[in-house]
Amino acid sequence: MQLTEIAMILDARFLAGEEFALKEVTRVGASDLMSDILAADSEGSLILTGLATQQVVRTASIAGVSAIILIRGKVPPKEVIDLAREENLPLLTTSLSMFVSSGRLYKHELTGLDSRR
Amino acid sequence: MGNLVKTFPIKHRDFIHAGKPSIEIKNLLKALNTPSEIIRRVAVCGYEGEMNVVMHARNGQIHLELSNTMIIVEITDTGPGIPDIDQAMQKGFSTALDEFREMGFGAGMGLPNMKKNADRFEISSTPGKGTTVRMEFATGGR
Repeated sequence: MQLTEIAMILDARFLAGEEFALKEVTRVGASDLMSDILAADSEGSLILTGLATQQVVRTASIAGVSAIILIRGKVPPKEVIDLAREENLPLLTTSLSMFVSSGRLYKHELTGLDSRR
Repeated sequence: MGNLVKTFPIKHRDFIHAGKPSIEIKNLLKALNTPSEIIRRVAVCGYEGEMNVVMHARNGQIHLELSNTMIIVEITDTGPGIPDIDQAMQKGFSTALDEFREMGFGAGMGLPNMKKNADRFEISSTPGKGTTVRMEFATGGR
């Protein structure tokens, strides 16, 4: 599914990387633990997280994550948004909770990082 | 191609710059057309190692060496050392402070994840002196 569709489903808006709105993702990880993202098969996936620090962007870049969505309406400091731009990483924010965000994406046929449902 | 060697410093508690060396290494390997699967493993190991130094050690460095057939990443620090390495290698074992856990790290997954991703993993530590983690990645010729 394209990021632009995911943004519509989650009422999310782009903070960085609008130019990648047509990027496709099928697997999603939801975690505040960067260690989990680094240990899982997260390459090419979408990450939902409540953390909004530079380390989220660096973790995503290193793990090859395709896009990050911040939940519960988090808007990170400017340095975090700038870093996402620098790393060509789409960064979005939604006012929805982790639970509701995950539920909506699950309903739209997206899978976990291990491709299971 | 001859050996390429590069060393990056790591500072204790410098969360602003933590991860930058690993991203530089990633970009360097990309420019050398290293297979993306190998790049990801090297970058993940480097980053986990960097975070360990930032959280637990004092100062340290991440050292990269490239040969025709192999990538070597060595992370050295002058921290407090690890008294029980077997325990530190267990998934979930952690001595990280809560402030690091709040940043999404310190879950006790770092060392096991490094071991999992490297083709060869060696760790040695002297309490009171520091720790060295050496990881090798086979590239099968470049």
